[in-house]
Amino acid sequence: MQRWPVLLFLAWVCFLFFAGIGLFMSGFLLTRIELASSSSCADPLLPPPWERQGLPPGSCWAPQRFSKAVLVIIDALHFEFARFNPAKTSPLPYENKLSFLHHLATSQPRHARLYRFRADPPTATMQRIKGLTTGSLPTFIDVGSNFATYAIQEDNLLAQLVQNGRRVVFMGDDTWEGLFPKKFFRSYFFPSFNVKDLHTVDDGILQHLYPTVDSGEWDVLIAHFLGVDHCGHKHGPDHPEMAKKLTQMNEMLRSLVDHLGNDTLLLVAGDHGMTETGDHGGDSEKEVNAALFVYSKTPLFVTVPPEEPEAIPQVNLVPTVALLLGVPIPYSNIGEVMAELFSGDGDAVSAALQQLSVYHINAKQVDRFLHSYSLVAQDLPAEQLQHLQQLFSSAVEEHTQLLAQVQGATLVPPELESRLGSLISRFQLYLREARALCTQSWARFHLLRMVGGCTLIATSCLLCYMASELSASSDSFYRSCLLYPLLWGLMVALLLGLAHAFTQEGLDLLLVSSWAAAASQLGFFWHWWGRHPKQAPWLGLAFPMGILLFRCGAMFSDSFVVAEARVAPFLLASLVMLLVGKLHWDGRLTVPEGPKQQFLGFSSYRREIWYLLCLVAMLLICVRLSGFFHQCREEIPQCRPSLFLSPLASLRNTRAKNLFYLLCVVLLAGLVYAVRSWLRHYGNLNSSDPLVLFVRWGFPLVVLCIACYWAVASSADDSLGKLQELVQVAVVAFPWAVYGLASMGLLLLLCNPMTVFAKDTRESPGSIVTPYLGVPTSEVDFLHVIPQIYKRMQESQKSRLERGSCRATVAAYGLGSVYSAALVIALTLLGFLLMLLHSERLSLAFLLLFLEAFVLLHIHSRARGLAGDPFSVPWYAVISWLLAASQFFYSTGHQPIFPAIHWNAAFVGFHLDHSTNLLPAVLVGANTFASHILFAVGCPLLLLWPFVCEMPSSQKKKPKKEPREELQEVEEHMMEMRLRESPEKFSTALLQLGLKYLFVLGTQLLACVCAAMILRRHLMVWKVFAPKFLFESLGFVVSSICLLLGISLVMRVDCAVSTWFNQLQLR
Amino acid sequence: MKEAEIRRLLAANLLCVFTIILTAVVPSFFWDGFTVLGTHLAWLCICSVCVSTLNIILHLVLKPNQSHKRSSFAHKISRFLKCCIYFFMSCILFHAIIVLYGAPLIESVTETFLFAVLLSTFTTLQCLCMLGPNVQAWIRVFSKNGAMSIWESSLQITTICSILGAWFGAFPIPLDWDRPWQVWPISCSLGATFGYMAGLIIAPLWIHWNRKQLTYKSR
Repeated sequence: MQRWPVLLFLAWVCFLFFAGIGLFMSGFLLTRIELASSSSCADPLLPPPWERQGLPPGSCWAPQRFSKAVLVIIDALHFEFARFNPAKTSPLPYENKLSFLHHLATSQPRHARLYRFRADPPTATMQRIKGLTTGSLPTFIDVGSNFATYAIQEDNLLAQLVQNGRRVVFMGDDTWEGLFPKKFFRSYFFPSFNVKDLHTVDDGILQHLYPTVDSGEWDVLIAHFLGVDHCGHKHGPDHPEMAKKLTQMNEMLRSLVDHLGNDTLLLVAGDHGMTETGDHGGDSEKEVNAALFVYSKTPLFVTVPPEEPEAIPQVNLVPTVALLLGVPIPYSNIGEVMAELFSGDGDAVSAALQQLSVYHINAKQVDRFLHSYSLVAQDLPAEQLQHLQQLFSSAVEEHTQLLAQVQGATLVPPELESRLGSLISRFQLYLREARALCTQSWARFHLLRMVGGCTLIATSCLLCYMASELSASSDSFYRSCLLYPLLWGLMVALLLGLAHAFTQEGLDLLLVSSWAAAASQLGFFWHWWGRHPKQAPWLGLAFPMGILLFRCGAMFSDSFVVAEARVAPFLLASLVMLLVGKLHWDGRLTVPEGPKQQFLGFSSYRREIWYLLCLVAMLLICVRLSGFFHQCREEIPQCRPSLFLSPLASLRNTRAKNLFYLLCVVLLAGLVYAVRSWLRHYGNLNSSDPLVLFVRWGFPLVVLCIACYWAVASSADDSLGKLQELVQVAVVAFPWAVYGLASMGLLLLLCNPMTVFAKDTRESPGSIVTPYLGVPTSEVDFLHVIPQIYKRMQESQKSRLERGSCRATVAAYGLGSVYSAALVIALTLLGFLLMLLHSERLSLAFLLLFLEAFVLLHIHSRARGLAGDPFSVPWYAVISWLLAASQFFYSTGHQPIFPAIHWNAAFVGFHLDHSTNLLPAVLVGANTFASHILFAVGCPLLLLWPFVCEMPSSQKKKPKKEPREELQEVEEHMMEMRLRESPEKFSTALLQLGLKYLFVLGTQLLACVCAAMILRRHLMVWKVFAPKFLFESLGFVVSSICLLLGISLVMRVDCAVSTWFNQLQLR
Repeated sequence: MKEAEIRRLLAANLLCVFTIILTAVVPSFFWDGFTVLGTHLAWLCICSVCVSTLNIILHLVLKPNQSHKRSSFAHKISRFLKCCIYFFMSCILFHAIIVLYGAPLIESVTETFLFAVLLSTFTTLQCLCMLGPNVQAWIRVFSKNGAMSIWESSLQITTICSILGAWFGAFPIPLDWDRPWQVWPISCSLGATFGYMAGLIIAPLWIHWNRKQLTYKSR
């Protein structure tokens, strides 16, 4: 048996996938680290002292220019919507509708101005709101944020306003509620979820807007209108509805301006644009091109507006509004102030000086941010940071000099003006370069990397398929399909490393490993070319692959991803029904027709059919029942999460609590009983090895500990009174006992996985090479166990003939199921651990999982008993196994979204503190991917189970037979020892099983990756596709590692079996 | 002989298709507000009743399996009763399978059951008409090379098409299009109906195309 090549091959394939996932992720998931610091009035980056003296009360950092502000956000207000072109005679539905803005801008050019407002991708509303308030570039994963809530943790405009005592009133989109919980002085939220609903939000705002404005109980008022965006999604921009909606907005603005006072700043902004189809989310020109309109009843601008409206980045709004309202700029802001709003009414020099001072504050704040950011993260390139630092310090130096000269009045206006101008442009340059640097590393999809990652995953899938179809048994296979490709990959990695060493550049490990993976794949296909794969029966493949195709296709629709909890069981049920139907269609379920029956035209079923049908019915019932343990997503508002997800402690009704508790414990004990009786049935519970002893006594102990833990954890806090301290200890001690016992069991399993009891009855122990032909010596043995007897394969033909007279025998109990027994024990232990991490009543879901896996295995082995080569696991079995895995991902109360993660799992056995992040991550990961872990570790059972089940019932039925006959029969029932008999085939079968498993997993992953890549402009990409991709890829990593572990466990057992035989031989 | 039989089959099947179309159109003349989508349950009942009546009539008129020996009246009655029981059982079985596939268990039981009745009409009733209450004959027909006449081939095709149609009908349910036909069980029953109609049309054509290859074992 070739153990290492098989494991190495699988590990190599896993590495290929991992490289692909990593490459894609680095291109797709824009990450950034959130800083926890926030600005405050007292920060030491104040303007020089002489200016500070002029700072009026209530102002921070810069003099307050407006005491009130109204921010009207019209979702998806594209620039073209806001622009007015009187020359156009036949405007499109969305053109020339906001005539009031044009009227203001032309009639009062010093009071109003329209800008192009450049949104940063991703142009999804939530990310834009984050950008509009933090002044930073939010990415999909803002590391450091709390995944459990969407609330903005970073310093932001609202936090600054509230901190400085301003009253913020909000009305509109309820996304803000999640982002800024408890920040608003008063708020009117309206549901934003239904994209088809054009009016609820807008009408709700209009109802409250004017009364609120008139009441005067506010300092900052934010109104977020959604109608235009929803209209775009529903009808697209080029639709009469859009005209109506924009006209409504126009009227709203007209009457709003009438209600405003002189000290109020009005800002009308679109958070992003939209494409011709009304979508947004990506970075195309149409999506990022929004509009910003600024107006105040006091004059704002000195200069006349330019012919073509200026384009300003969206983040610029944050420092501008902050300084205009006299609050500190949020800490992480990277925007640049809009200087023309700060010019005031004085002459050119004083205007320039004022602008200079706000630029100075802004630049200092950005420099401080860059400095603190570079301390915690390395994703901004160092040399560019240094360059920026130089720019900044030289500008600041110049600024101090200039101020000194201005104070000394040594400069005359023309020279002064030019120097001021050049200094302002230096600050501008600094701020723009800083922003560009951040944009470059945070807010851009790397399309090339994405395509590269996708290609790597696709070719890895292809490789899996090709390799699983090859007849891989010879050494030459491993040489040409594993060794040479590995060498190719290593060579490329080495070359790249050398090249980097010469060029002195930083080594990007990800790129190197991707190149190495690509090279080794190339190597594989190069060497594979010459080989002739087995001819695959294409028609036979069509049915399981069709189901897989449906499953992958479902990843491309957000509705299907949302409904995947129902899609996976549906497909699983269909697959199994199709399998039975196909077996029937092929006539494998019917008894071959005799001439008589043929005459009648009837056929009758075999007996097995009833068994098979019962199994299928049981499977369907399991699948249906598992649907009761569902978690909900916010996309389906009418969904109610399953009652079973909440911990028992939350139940009020004591009676129900006790009943549920008893049910859980009884079922848990039932699981242990079932596992033990299964092991006893196959004779694996006879020996006195530590492992067997552990199974006998340790399993009940584990169950006891779990039951105690549940009891303690679910009891009401106050009911125990004085025992409180004891309870505190018990809550920690019992989980630790389970952890300890389970890991002890796993260790024992690794040390000695043999659960075989050998009964040596050879007359002379030292006799010549003995054929261990099974002759059970006493009939008593039959009463309890079925001895499994292994016949040595090296046995010569001669001794075969002599066997009748042979007396020397070894009866080995449980040898026929030794591989499966080890896996079953491991799975049960893992199951205990994972159950502990879930809430109590989810243990019912785990029991269903075990039952369903058992039924699936039986269906599979029945089906394979009826048709097929026992050494190759058919595709339908692998696909149904994986469908069951994803089904139980949902049925253990999970959903591929961040708020649905069970964070409580991190604190099972720990009080509320963790010294490192690793342990809670492992616990939460194990909780989330519980079904992936169990099914992946149990995957080799697909190969082993048909061998275990091959034992016919005839032996039980006729225990009393003549020895001669028994011999014949016993020879047939070698069960898993058939695998040992042909080690080459065994290792090949394991390899092919692993490759098939990886292929199916990889295909699902590929579908997710492609969906995320193709639909990166989709409305739902950050809510549905990106989390789905993330969960799927993490699930892939977990599954593939667990698959490797499962297969290596089988290898370990095989090693142990070999040593056992050697010892037997020596004795 | 064969050509003529295929023509008879085609005529019978087209009649079925025509009836289904009529069930969708005609009732609205008598009943204000009848639409297939709006009053779906009524349509399900009408469609099931009409299709079953037509099938029974066609069976009595055409007699595709003439081989039955003369039997006594009592035998016929027991046969009929058996057929009824079988039909009812198949409705229950379909209902159970549909629920196991994910249909709601308690809500909308009527809808689910009527859908099961419709499916039974499209599948079981045909088998009962053609083969009688004889499970072994059913088993024979639904296996490879099991069909013994073009009628049985047609039976195979229509049954499989109906079930496939119902299966595909479940696909649009999760989509967020907010269409009236996405409500359970409308899309599935429409899928089954379209599948059945497609099967009815495909069957004669397919048999016609493959008439050279199709050699039926004689009884």
